[in-house]
Amino acid sequence: MEALFAITLGLLTASGVYLLLRARTFPVVLGLTLISYAVNLFLFAMGRLGGSVAVIGTPGEYGDPLPQALVLTAIVIGFAMTAFVVVLALRGLGDLGSDHVDGRPDEEEPRP
Amino acid sequence: MSHWLILPILLPLFAGSLLLLPLAERWQRGLSLLAALALIPLSLLLIRTAASGDLSVYALGNWAAPFGIVLMLDRLAALMLLATAVLGSAALIYALRGEDRLGKHFHALFQFQLLGINGAFLTGDLFNLFVFFEILLIASYALLLHGGGAERVRSGLHYVILNLVGSAFFLIAVGTLYGLTGTLNMADMAQKIAMADAERAPLLAAAGLLLLVVFALKAALLPLYFWLPRAYATASAPVAALFAIMTKVGIYSILRVYTLVFGDAAGELANLAQAWLWPLALATLGLGAIGALAARTLQGLLAYLVVVSAGTLLAGVALGSERALAASLYYLLHSTWIAGGLFLLADLVARQRGDKAGDLVQGPALQNPRLLGGAFFIGAIAVAGLPPLSGFFGKVMLLQSVAPGSQALALWSVVLGSGLVALVALSRAGSTLFWRTGHTVLGSAELDHGRLFACILLLSAGPLLVFAAKPLLAYVQATAAQLHDLDLYRQIITRGGAA
Repeated sequence: MEALFAITLGLLTASGVYLLLRARTFPVVLGLTLISYAVNLFLFAMGRLGGSVAVIGTPGEYGDPLPQALVLTAIVIGFAMTAFVVVLALRGLGDLGSDHVDGRPDEEEPRP
Repeated sequence: MSHWLILPILLPLFAGSLLLLPLAERWQRGLSLLAALALIPLSLLLIRTAASGDLSVYALGNWAAPFGIVLMLDRLAALMLLATAVLGSAALIYALRGEDRLGKHFHALFQFQLLGINGAFLTGDLFNLFVFFEILLIASYALLLHGGGAERVRSGLHYVILNLVGSAFFLIAVGTLYGLTGTLNMADMAQKIAMADAERAPLLAAAGLLLLVVFALKAALLPLYFWLPRAYATASAPVAALFAIMTKVGIYSILRVYTLVFGDAAGELANLAQAWLWPLALATLGLGAIGALAARTLQGLLAYLVVVSAGTLLAGVALGSERALAASLYYLLHSTWIAGGLFLLADLVARQRGDKAGDLVQGPALQNPRLLGGAFFIGAIAVAGLPPLSGFFGKVMLLQSVAPGSQALALWSVVLGSGLVALVALSRAGSTLFWRTGHTVLGSAELDHGRLFACILLLSAGPLLVFAAKPLLAYVQATAAQLHDLDLYRQIITRGGAA
């Protein structure tokens, strides 16, 4: 299970990095989102996979509750940041007239 | 235990929350200024507490470390709180003269920024450090974009995306460290890492170096500083001045993590970061100086000088000795306040040059050339490291702290070379702005005395740090010694966190 989990995280991260390096802001936002998914799953895995639900009264060995708390915190922070960067990208489109990450208009010739 | 420790966090938190209410501008400004100014006596009180040499620990929720989050106050944290309080107050005084009207919720964001910075300095928990980083970062995103404009949106987009990637790295590093050590408290993690076996050491090293990447991004270390010059140059003046402390948060984090967690007592992973920090800090110094030489605006020049000062500080941190650390801490106060003052001054100059603003081209004569030119002269002397101001003493102490050898050769040549280059860049900028001017004076911009007061307040750190050098040096030397006393920090765990 660990190997499959690790491969999944690797794919998510690779996809995120690929999108992050695109030239338009929306793929960049999607890339950041994929990377944050991978990071959240990674944090969860750091408490070790397996174990039962970390609820008092549940029989058996419970999963580590601390990484779950870290993940919940990171999820809400990531969500706030994603919302901000989406609005910022839209603002960039309005102010700069382009959704290029450099803010360069589409018609402009590349600078020497 | 005393509750003074948490006030640097609670005070801006409550003030910022109150400032979200639709209060009249007069009340907004009054409350914000009062909260910012109150941080100065509070940080002086905490400095007096920390000066006893004890490590004050505040167990949140009364859960003992390592099971709860603890706040730690040592000499270093108290010093950083003072630097933040003075800089924040001056930047806010400047902003009250009109910058706060450029957008909504300026004062709330400003207070939340101070909250994040103060929290980052006080926390003893690595994940809590992440959370405070995010607080200060998201406030900084909004403050950077304050006032709008295409240039701000462009540089803001780069700044936001880059820091979001940095935050992801932070979480990966913290998660790995937790997975390997089973703890998030810095002092407890230090003990666990010291006992790490050969099997786990490479993974711990990878996580530690990933954390170094995160902090280096905040500290503006090569090759991770390229976001800084544009972001700082496009921010409004009080925001750019406040951002002078942001690189210091990264430097503080490097100092804290790599003397405590990966310090002398870390076994196989002792002084993990030094091999990387040293060459990169010197390279940052050199390239920052080249950027300063190439800058086309006064704000861009000052932004690159922030990079130069970050490189200088990190070189001192990388040397690792107590003398180098003491010199770096003295220089840190100097560079924080002088850089903030110069950003405010750049705005005062730009206001009197019409559409030329901060561009380093010939423009109209200034209305107050002697006053602004004199202030620029003092700031330039301080930032270039010339006698008799504080930058000179900081650099001399740093140069003297290195033992003769190849390290000394590298440090002396790069620090002195970058000082010369900074001097050339500043001289050229000063002569362009104040001497090579046209004969007409624009009548549009009267000098605002409130703004000037905030600017002079920060620039006066140049002479004041020299006058107060003796007690200050005693403090920073004791601070450097304390940071190497790792038994003091281990007591957080062994004594159950009771203060």
